[in-house]
Amino acid sequence: MKTIGKRLYLGLCFLFLYAPIAILIIFSFIESKNRATFTGFTFKWYQALFHNDLIMRSLWNTLLVAVTASILATLFGTIAAVGISGMRKRMRSAMMNVTYLPVINPEIITGISTMLLFVYLKEVLHLELGFFTVLIAHITFCLPYVILNVLPKLRQMDPSLYEAALDLGCGPFKAFIKVVVPEILPGIASGFLMSFTFSLDDFIITYFTSGSSFSTLPVTIYSMTRMKINPQINALSTLMFLFVLVLLLLMNIRKKGHQSTARRRA
Amino acid sequence: MKMRKTVCLLCSLLTCFALFSDSVSAAPETRTLRVFNWGEYISDGSDGSMDVIQEFTRRTGIQVDYQVFSTNEEMYAKIISGSADYDVLIPSDYMIGKMIDEGLLAKLDFSNIPNYRYVDDAFKNLEYDPTNEYSVPYTWGTVGIIYNKTKVTEPVDSWDILWDSNYAGQILMFNNPRDSYGIALKKLGYSQNTTNRDELDQATDELKKQKLLIQAYVMDEIFPKMTAGEAALAPYYAGDAVTMIGDNPDLDFVVPKEGTNRFVDAMVVPKSSPNKDLAEQFINFMLEEDVALANIEYIGYSTPMSNVKARLDEEVQNSFSYPDDEVLSRCETFVNLDEETTAYLQDSWTGVLSYGDSSIGDILFLAVFFLFLIGIVIYFTVKKHRNHTI
Amino acid sequence: MKGKKALALPYVVWSIAFVLIPLALVLFFSFTDKEGNFTFENILKIGKYSSIFVKSINLAVIATLICFLIGYPLAYIISRSREHVQRNMLLLIMLPMWMNFLLRTYGWMTLLENEGIINKLLSLIGLGPFQMINTQGAVVLGMVYNYLPFMVLPLYSILVKIDKSIIEAAQDLGANGFKVLIRILLPMSLPGIISGVTMVFVPSVSTFIISRMLGGGSNMLIGDLIETQFLGGNYNPYLGSALSLVLMVVMLLIMAVMNSLEEDDMEGMLV
Repeated sequence: MKTIGKRLYLGLCFLFLYAPIAILIIFSFIESKNRATFTGFTFKWYQALFHNDLIMRSLWNTLLVAVTASILATLFGTIAAVGISGMRKRMRSAMMNVTYLPVINPEIITGISTMLLFVYLKEVLHLELGFFTVLIAHITFCLPYVILNVLPKLRQMDPSLYEAALDLGCGPFKAFIKVVVPEILPGIASGFLMSFTFSLDDFIITYFTSGSSFSTLPVTIYSMTRMKINPQINALSTLMFLFVLVLLLLMNIRKKGHQSTARRRA
Repeated sequence: MKMRKTVCLLCSLLTCFALFSDSVSAAPETRTLRVFNWGEYISDGSDGSMDVIQEFTRRTGIQVDYQVFSTNEEMYAKIISGSADYDVLIPSDYMIGKMIDEGLLAKLDFSNIPNYRYVDDAFKNLEYDPTNEYSVPYTWGTVGIIYNKTKVTEPVDSWDILWDSNYAGQILMFNNPRDSYGIALKKLGYSQNTTNRDELDQATDELKKQKLLIQAYVMDEIFPKMTAGEAALAPYYAGDAVTMIGDNPDLDFVVPKEGTNRFVDAMVVPKSSPNKDLAEQFINFMLEEDVALANIEYIGYSTPMSNVKARLDEEVQNSFSYPDDEVLSRCETFVNLDEETTAYLQDSWTGVLSYGDSSIGDILFLAVFFLFLIGIVIYFTVKKHRNHTI
Repeated sequence: MKGKKALALPYVVWSIAFVLIPLALVLFFSFTDKEGNFTFENILKIGKYSSIFVKSINLAVIATLICFLIGYPLAYIISRSREHVQRNMLLLIMLPMWMNFLLRTYGWMTLLENEGIINKLLSLIGLGPFQMINTQGAVVLGMVYNYLPFMVLPLYSILVKIDKSIIEAAQDLGANGFKVLIRILLPMSLPGIISGVTMVFVPSVSTFIISRMLGGGSNMLIGDLIETQFLGGNYNPYLGSALSLVLMVVMLLIMAVMNSLEEDDMEGMLV
């Protein structure tokens, strides 16, 4: 009895989570533009999607920003985390507060405040809003996630390891690469992944900082949802869902593979 | 010492930006024209029509960066905030007047726009640009009521029907102050361009009364919602109505007897544009007969060029897209209101949209909730304290 | 050890330039008028919008409560199932998060419309049609839908650590299910509750997309109001900044209250 209740509850929750996605997928194959009728099976929205320059360009922009921002934020954030871990208590807690600001601040406030700065910079330096401003904004909101993932790993690490490497004749840089980095690698990796995902998915901050001629996929999607009918949105959603599904399945299989090899080794 | 280091770093950072921005503005050898237009307001090549943007690039080799907006105010915010730059804008009449008054637009060199001679005289020297130095008309049209004949059986001829409680939850309304107040003022029999506070306040009351009946405040979404039969009544543009009736024959369109807004959307060039020559080339291109015809056929709005109108189907020429003088005599064109009135309108509109919120129940709920929260906090702190003392 | 500190310097500079200075600009704009003079006018004007503040907080509170009520049992069930089932279910919960939230919200628009799927299905059994889209309920639903994973994940990560034997011990000592929940599970999962509640409440109270897509324009929230001051219909960054400032202060106050519940410092909030 209890398990049936549990199953039912889980089923309802997942129905709730997946119903809108299922609807989008179904509609992506329906011919009529009109959302109220189901007629005809078609692939034409997919064809139209691939010929839609705006969407393809936005997709490319999104990937470009996400890759660059997450790599730069990871590098920069790891170094910063090492620096912060070397600070004295008061300085460190001040720094942590600043680091938490973009995390706890509502996104809209981060968005409008950086927009104010960029508009000001534009007047002074003629820096146009576009790729670079979006990149800077993304790096800024990714940095805290990298730092917050790396810091605990640094704290767990035995500081004498690094000192031992120095005593054994390593230079500080080499010691860092050879000893510290492998220890904190899981933190770096999850920081990078989080940065990449957040950057890929960000709408609000990009919306405020992207200016006239640069738009990422979420911004384009937003303007599409406000216009007249456009079933290409459904096709796009379906493809994105499939992509994510495949990606997660692959990751899952890889993980399982790892575990089984690990078990075998043991 | 530390301070100086920080300052140094900041400076170098800023120089970096300066360098970046230089390289950005110097890099593109091929110049790009940035066009900012209403959504779905240009022939885009679907269903065998001409892809106007591509055609321009093909004829001139100039790349076009094409972006869209959904209200005049949204377009204005992008320009004035400095967050975006464009070379050609296509706003409506009153917004053009406002931008001229604020010195945001560049005077056009009409020798670069020889096709301007095809524009009818009736669309030259209009109120928003009296000496016609800044703008070239693109389309015009009227605002009327689009309604679903299966849901509305009585004859529709007045704005009053948008206040009819029989259609509660079935009415859509414009989500911008100028258009919504325009309708409310016309319903009351006042001018759409009134600056009289008393008349505006009456309109505010009307709109608040109407709010209970409104399904949604939207702009372009009126198009899909009406064609899908989501709502029974909505104000919309005559030009789109042609397309919508084509998609859903249950729909019909009428210009109310109280009169309405006749708008003109025109092409202008902002002062900040570094590509004014290209912009003028683009405007001239848009006035080419085949291009203008493709656009008008695609978007369904009315053309200010009689040579283009003559090539449209007879049926279209006689449709409500080209109303007769009797209808036009009941229309008004928006003019730019003074800053104070605009701000007043905007504030009142926010008041309309948030009307009916925060009943005493809501506030009570919040108060009880926060008291509860504070109670929990106190409970835990006391408990913690006790544990410590033990 | 000493040289290490210098490594943080670029980050310090970056944070000042792109986190603190922008916030300082918000503060500056809040107290400035169009001509650049100091003024209190923007802040005073906010009183007029208090009903919008109340509504935003109200809807966000309701959404957070519902998220908690749905999310807690969900997280508990997941945390008590077998390990590979746990992983798969977590995956299923995170999967929609990877798809852009605009698209998912758009999906709800299609479902909730008057002529939408739900009303069509209801009409088959002779019910409806119900007005679902463009209501406050739809806005709350959008919030719950989009932010539910933010509630479930932190709750799960705490609940999974609670040893089964503790619950069994309590039951052996005669505690019923309700008592176990009140005396053991809830207090032990408090950190998870706090971070879950924060992660749902903050984006809910400041959203402008959900209210616009599902609320039909007549459910104006504080996020909408701020957005229209910057990129929407009525350009007024001075008022917009003042609104943001007030929102930020309200937020920090609520956060401070939440954090006082917890003994740990802020560093325990996310990780």
